[in-house]
Amino acid sequence: MSFLRFENVSKVFPGVRALSGVSFEVRAGEVHGLMGENGAGKSTLLKILGGEYQPDAGRMLIDGREVRFPNAAASIAGGVAVIHQELQYVPDLSVAENLLLGRLPLTGGWFSKSRAVSVARERLAAMGVDLDPAINLRKLSIAQRQMIEICKALMRNAQVIALDEPTSSLSHTETEVLFRLVRQLRQEQRALIYISHRMNEIYELCDACTVFRDGKMIASHAGLKDLPRPTLVREMVGRDIADIYRYKKRPVGEVRLSASALMGKPLAAPATFEVRKGEIVGFFGLVGAGRSELMHLVYGARKKEMGEITLDGRAIRVDGPRSAIRHGMVLCPEDRKEDGIVAMASVSDNINISCRRHSSRVGVFLNRKREAQIADGFIRQLQIKTPSRRQKIRFLSGGNQQKAILARWLAEPDVRVVILDEPTRGIDIGAKHEIYNVIYELAERGCAIVVVSSELPEVLGIADRVVVMREGRIAGELDRERATEQSVLSLALPDIPH
Amino acid sequence: MQTDDQLAVARASGAREMSTDAFPFRWRESFAEYSLVLIFIAMFAAMSFSVDHFFSLDNMLGLALSISQIGMVACTMMFCLAARDFDLSVGSTVAFSGVLCAMVLNATGSAVIAVTAAVAAGCTIGFINGAVIAYLRINPLITTLATMEIVRGLAFIVSHGQAVGVSSEGFIAFGSLTLFGVSLPIWVTLVCFVVFGVMLNNTVYGRNTLAIGGNPEASRLAGIDVDLVRVTIFLVQGAVTALAGVILASRITSGQPNAGEGFELNVISACVLGGVSLLGGRASISGVVVGVLIMGTVENVMNLLNIDAFYQYLVRGAILLAAVLLDQLKNRGERN
Repeated sequence: MSFLRFENVSKVFPGVRALSGVSFEVRAGEVHGLMGENGAGKSTLLKILGGEYQPDAGRMLIDGREVRFPNAAASIAGGVAVIHQELQYVPDLSVAENLLLGRLPLTGGWFSKSRAVSVARERLAAMGVDLDPAINLRKLSIAQRQMIEICKALMRNAQVIALDEPTSSLSHTETEVLFRLVRQLRQEQRALIYISHRMNEIYELCDACTVFRDGKMIASHAGLKDLPRPTLVREMVGRDIADIYRYKKRPVGEVRLSASALMGKPLAAPATFEVRKGEIVGFFGLVGAGRSELMHLVYGARKKEMGEITLDGRAIRVDGPRSAIRHGMVLCPEDRKEDGIVAMASVSDNINISCRRHSSRVGVFLNRKREAQIADGFIRQLQIKTPSRRQKIRFLSGGNQQKAILARWLAEPDVRVVILDEPTRGIDIGAKHEIYNVIYELAERGCAIVVVSSELPEVLGIADRVVVMREGRIAGELDRERATEQSVLSLALPDIPH
Repeated sequence: MQTDDQLAVARASGAREMSTDAFPFRWRESFAEYSLVLIFIAMFAAMSFSVDHFFSLDNMLGLALSISQIGMVACTMMFCLAARDFDLSVGSTVAFSGVLCAMVLNATGSAVIAVTAAVAAGCTIGFINGAVIAYLRINPLITTLATMEIVRGLAFIVSHGQAVGVSSEGFIAFGSLTLFGVSLPIWVTLVCFVVFGVMLNNTVYGRNTLAIGGNPEASRLAGIDVDLVRVTIFLVQGAVTALAGVILASRITSGQPNAGEGFELNVISACVLGGVSLLGGRASISGVVVGVLIMGTVENVMNLLNIDAFYQYLVRGAILLAAVLLDQLKNRGERN
């Protein structure tokens, strides 16, 4: 019997149809997986469920009755709890205060912390959660904070609980704890929605699943038992997975970049690796394995404590991004918004930010004509979708912003090493293709390329060689032939269960 | 159900058309961009008609002279704010450099040495500000609040709390020197507007400043020497502020240790009025010029109308609030 039902739900944003005519149902006592690429509409749906957005058309039914949630409070009152990726909590308040926020127990009109703590302790015990309600949330791990969030939902006795990528920053053991809790909720006949990008989790945890693509519901499967993975993937991306990466074997030259015994702050052991001319090396690891940090050490964005970097057989000194760039070593950072683009500046400024030191007159005055040529050239070449080079870059989609950052480095006269940190995170499939093509082209030209990625299929799909990191050290290396999902994961996982 | 569907589709395509049509958006943006200039022109015209003696050559020159110090320092403050920094020490620097200049002048009799000493002192203060902020990573507000107190203290200490009179004829003449009937301080201010305007818009340094203010980490990873640019901004600010202090000393024929109190807030107000973002990354020289002019005009008019100085504080504050509110309205929706 369906408990939560979406009927023809649509949502339009200026220029984008985020959801069009989505219908599916979630039964009580079911964990329902939502799958789809970024921008497929999963989060929009959750925001409608949470009362943050209003649907333009269609309706929602809970337990057979139509519901409307004009705001978040209405959604909560309607027995819904949406747990977002970015958790909502006050880090410097205690667990008890966070749990009871908005309904703090008062004694004679005054707030009493000891009373709040005892109330919270009772509730936590009833839910079988072992946490001290008196300590501040800041002192808890991400997983524990997530647990608090779920407890909040349970304290309101929410019947519909939606989790948006809850495991994205959890370790393996923490994930297990979360799964146990989710299964317990299923036992209690609640309706659960579970969003994840990880195929394994969906198969392990979910009873049913619905696939989204480009704002449309592609398929809804009542059971996952007999559903082959490739089918699910095809539904998600709209084509066979083999054909996404279009890998071609390339000749690989001599060693271009080599880092030996590189050591710096968060790493657990000195790291040594090399990349050859025309070679694409994928760096895989779980969140917190130290991949980005290692790349920042190579790029000089972090201070290294020891170690040596050799470029084309010559030892070089890299004491900052500036000198790395001078040596022809560039980096596209992981967090595009925070570390990549200057959001308020134009597309042209974002492309020219580094190479203008060459194009400027006497190194001081801007050469606007040259800058316009460079910007327009790359906008055409990389098919960056923007009304003009003067458009502020923040109005562009993630994929086009990433292309602009790539253009920034393609504009450098002599690029030898390109480090790409999560180059396709949050980017739609079309733009992904185009970015892979740029990567291949750079490799053909003889660049040494490092691709750091958390998407295992991507690493396996485009890399000639895979370096796996685990807990701050390099755990091993695998050639393309030997790199499989199994072999890479067994190197990457800190504690293999069973 | 069918009609619902069609409705949704119709709405969707309608919304799409609206957003691809960039004209209303572009138009609105350019209007927002120049709204301040329009407001100033309207205000200026209204004053010219309604306030006696306002629109006369003498009054205009007086107005220009009265804003010359603020105008000069606003140019460099614009860079400072654009880079997401802040400088409260300029008022104290104006006083200190004036006092120092007067004392060196009295001791050596050479205007060149005196001005050089004052400007060098300004550079030093600016460099210290910049180095502490950029290299030691101390919050700019706190750093310059501290140097504001320290430098003001130094001004009182070296002058023993007394105004330092200037007897050098040449130095006093320097302040009242005129060219085409326009006095030197005004020329210096105009030169500052042009030089810093070109620097902001047409040099790598100016673009780097805006990039740093817009996103410091991205700028660093893109190869900009962020720390160096920030130190340079403060250094130049110190030099220009000291020059403003020297010119003030020359105009009032003495170095006053309590000169320029509240000056830093007037300068920052003028910049903010001119649409410079305190969050960094956004600045325009035309905005700053208009901001300075609005500040000066309002004060000038209130003086002409014999409005009590006490009320002038109220009016200045109200105008600042109104300008920030206008700015907020302009950027509404952009921040999301």
